[in-house]
Parts: sequence; C-alpha cells; structure tokens
Amino acid sequence: MKPFAYERADETARAVSTVAGSHGHATFLGGGTNLVDLMKLGVATPERLVDVTRLPHAEITETKYGGLLIGAAVRNSDLAVHPLVRERYPVLSEAILAGASGQIRNMATIGGNLLQRTRCPYFQDVSKACNKRAPGSGCPARHGEHRELAIIGHSEHCVATHPSDMAVALAALGAEVHVHGGQGLWSIPLTDLHRLPGEMPQRDTILAPEDLITHVELPPLPLARNSRYRKVRDRASFAFALVSLAAAVEVDGGNVADCRIAFGGIAHKPWRARKAEETLRGRPATPDAFGAAADAELADARPLRDNGFKLLLARNLFVRVLTDLVDG
Amino acid sequence: MVDPQRAAITLAINGAEQHLEVDTRATLLDVLRERLDLIGAKKGCDHGQCGSCTVLIDGRRAKSCLALAVALDGSSITTVEGLADGDELHPLQAAFIDHDAFQCGYCTPGQICSAIGMLEEARAEGAELTPEAIRERMSGNICRCGAYPNIVAAIAEVAE
Ligand SMILES: Cc1cc2nc3c(=O)[nH]c(=O)nc-3n(C[C@H](O)[C@H](O)[C@H](O)COP(=O)(O)OP(=O)(O)OC[C@H]3O[C@@H](n4cnc5c(N)ncnc54)[C@H](O)[C@@H]3O)c2cc1C
Ligand code: SF4
Ligand code: FES
Ligand code: FES
Repeated sequence: MKPFAYERADETARAVSTVAGSHGHATFLGGGTNLVDLMKLGVATPERLVDVTRLPHAEITETKYGGLLIGAAVRNSDLAVHPLVRERYPVLSEAILAGASGQIRNMATIGGNLLQRTRCPYFQDVSKACNKRAPGSGCPARHGEHRELAIIGHSEHCVATHPSDMAVALAALGAEVHVHGGQGLWSIPLTDLHRLPGEMPQRDTILAPEDLITHVELPPLPLARNSRYRKVRDRASFAFALVSLAAAVEVDGGNVADCRIAFGGIAHKPWRARKAEETLRGRPATPDAFGAAADAELADARPLRDNGFKLLLARNLFVRVLTDLVDG
Repeated sequence: MVDPQRAAITLAINGAEQHLEVDTRATLLDVLRERLDLIGAKKGCDHGQCGSCTVLIDGRRAKSCLALAVALDGSSITTVEGLADGDELHPLQAAFIDHDAFQCGYCTPGQICSAIGMLEEARAEGAELTPEAIRERMSGNICRCGAYPNIVAAIAEVAE
C-alpha cells in the first residue's frame, strides 16, 4: 500500500473542500471495505483519505412526504433491518442482505456501497491492461474472462458490471441521491448516478471526486410493500450476482396496475427495466405477459462469447419473481 | 515535525486501554497480531473474503483485515482472547469444544467472534435462528476443513 495521510472529517463543507483542493490526490473513506481492498491491490493510490463516517449523515428519518431519508454514513446492516424499510420497502432490505456478509455489511456505508468499483478480474489486477483502471490500455475482458460481465449497455471499451445489490433495489424504488459537491447542494435520480461505459469507462458515475453523497431519499411508494429481491449466483451465499432482479408490483382485477423493476449483474449500472414496466402496465398479470415484458427489455442485449446464459437466466428470473409477487 | 503518515490512537482492547502510534496503512488485524501479540484473529485472505480475522468492534462483528486502525481511534475491540472469564470459557467456546466444531482450528477464532456478533444481531431483530438461517448469517466465515455441520450445531445450542 502506498503511504497516505488520514483525517477524520467532522464538517461536510470542509471534507468537500479538502478533496476539491487536492487535485485528485485525496478521496473519501467510508467503511473501507472496497477502498482499502483496492489500495492493498495497488488499484487505488490516494495520498490522503478523508474519513466521512463521522459526518452528521448517519440517520434514517421519515420525510414529510412519507418517504425515507437515509444518511450516506448509515451502515448497510442498519438500513437492512430498519423497521420502516422492512415494512414499506422489503425489496431494499432483501437486496442488502443478499450482498457480502454480516461482517462486511456492519462496516459498509450507504455512500460507499453505491460507489464500490467493479469486480472485473482485470480491473483488480494491476499487471493487466484495463481501460477503466488505465484509460487507453485496452479491455482484455472483452475476449477473455467475461462470464460474469455485462450483456447489455456495454461498449467496445468496457464490459464491466456494477456489483452492488442495494443499488438495484434503489433503482427500482426511484431513489434520489443527495450530493454536497464543489458546486453546492444538488440531487439526481439514482438511475442517473451511474453511467454506461461508452468511451470513458474510467468514470463509473457522473460524480466529480469532491462530490460527497450525503443522503439517499426514497419516495413514498405504496406498491413497494409488495416487493422482492432475488439474486442468482454461483453459490448459495456470499458471492456476487450473476443476475439479480428487484421488483414491486400492484395487481388490480388480474391486471398489472403498476410496477417497478430493475436488473442487477447485467450492465455497468443498475438496470431499471422501463421498457418492461411500460409493456406490463394494464396487461394481464400472467407468466406469458411477464415473459413478453422481459423480452422487450432484453431485446437490446448483446451477450459476449461466454455469458449468453445470462440472457435466459434474466428472462427466467423476471418471470419467476413477478409470478411469485403476484401469487403473494 | 508531525509525520502525516503516522497517527496516535487509543483503542480499548479486551477492556484494556492501549495508546498506540500507528502507520496510517496498518489494519486492525496487523496491529492486533504484530503490535499487541494477540494472534487469535488470523490472516487468511487479507481481502475480506474468508472471515478468519473477524473481531468485535464496538460490539459488532467486523473483518479486521479491511479496517484501518487509524479510523478506529476511540473504539472498543474484543478479540477471541477477551472472551473467557479467567478459566471460564465463553458459552460459544465451550459449545465449539463440545460439538467438535473445528479440525485445524485456523478459522475458529473468527467463527466464534462472528457467531457472538451474529447472535446479538438476531436477538435485536427478534429473528428466529433455524439451522438454515445460521448458515446464511455465518456465510462470511469460511472453514477450509469443512467443519460446518458441527459449527452450526454449536451455534444452534447457544442460540437456544
Ligand atoms: C468479500 C466481499 C464480498 C462482497 N460481496 C458483495 C455482494 O455480494 N454484493 C454487494 O453489493 N457488495 C458486495 N461487496 C461490496 C461491499 O458491499 C462494498 O465494499 C461496500 O458496500 C462499500 O462500502 P464502504 O462504506 O466500505 O465503502 P468504501 O470502501 O469506504 O468506499 C468505496 C468508494 O466510495 C467512496 N465513498 C465512500 N463514501 C462516500 C460518500 N459518502 N460520498 C462519495 N464517495 C464516497 C470512496 O471514496 C470509495 O471510492 C463485497 C465486498 C467484499 C469485500
Ligand atoms: S471490462 Fe472494463 S473493467 Fe474489465 S478489463 Fe475491460 S475495461 Fe477493465
Ligand atoms: S483475513 Fe480478513 S476476511 Fe480473510
Ligand atoms: S477448522 Fe480448519 S479451517 Fe475451519
């Protein structure tokens, strides 16, 4: 690990200005479960860490609209077991609990979870080329090890996936991300936070280095009481997703009145399935209709040599989860 | 001049306050093993993947290989060495012996600390601990010897 200086931030504006004034040499530290790992691997080489876990963004509060405001320093495990999350947004609780392990969830923060980096094996190995880690060096995954990587929205420059389970549930729920950045306070929909790789795979998100996530806000969403997260992986627990699905659905008289759906494990960002949602609204809540909706969403998929299995897996998972949700 | 890559920290380790000057790069695991001679927590993978380094930080289970010591200034740490009360073993330690819940023993300190944290989490949630639930909640602790059935049995006994 490269030597670095450490400071514990107690004021948001100062934390932001420290990183802003560092010309890219300083970075925020959450629970460290991804960043410290990447520093050990030599993938991340910050000269200064600004620890943001003691900033006053560590609470979960109800908003006046009936949604939830979640501080970025809240630990993953505390969010997963929060009574209001369990009652109103079970998909979020299930997604968090499907990720990592109990110990890691106790350490990991909400902000850090959203900004964790890809698990692409080449990205994590500094002896290999990788456009995300070393722009312009190439993407060996495209013709190499890519069984676990993207099938949709990738580019010739990068085929990585975003590894977060929690972010998939937040994408389905229509969460909003609050930022305190060099340009002041602003917020964006979570579905616009992460980017597709395009020609700049080195940028996972639209954030600048000094943009601090302070909160994630969930809108009130009654249909989310009937919601679920399901994750398919190579072993039963403690593994990243091959494909996952977050879904909430409301049925009225046998038809889909409304729904919110997102895939994980198939793209460079949590994949909100808007085409499938559109296809389903007003249609009969049947396995055939679910299959047709999944096909509409996945029509643009371009699997790579070794990950074509994800396409059928994604479709089957979609039909299974929606059917289970409708059957109660 | 103050070296920005070193820091003075205070940790309460197994009930005793320790004042330490650490390199900012030092993980809690390295401080425990190399500075304090507390070698119960093991370095299996050093990347958060095996659980053999699990300790309790402020009462919650965590992987000490991914925790920077400098970021823990002011915290209380419990390691496997701090569990017994004199010659009186912690109930989980006793249950691991009764159930033969290990072979080589390398993963055991991490399993026991993780189980203590896990039982407290389940208690706070009011969750029922079926063998299936114990396996899922303990999935961050790998046992290379495959002593899982007996580990689950030992934890289940204490959970009751
Ligand atoms: C063995 C292992 C298995 C795992 N399995 C899974 C899994 O199955 N599913 C899953 O979803 N995840 C998994 N993870 C990843 C884990 O969820 C992340 O490491 C964790 O959520 C990151 O949170 P953190 O607070 O520790 O982030 P850190 O490591 O501290 O930071 C991560 C990044 O976020 C930045 N950052 C942190 N906080 C903020 C903020 N408030 N504003 C702006 N930037 C910020 C940091 O600068 C850094 O770039 C696994 C991790 C490990 C080690
Ligand atoms: S897929 Fe992306 S992260 Fe993986 S090697 Fe290619 S450029 Fe790097
Ligand atoms: S040594 Fe920490 S998890 Fe393996
Ligand atoms: S007893 Fe040998 S690794 Fe678990």
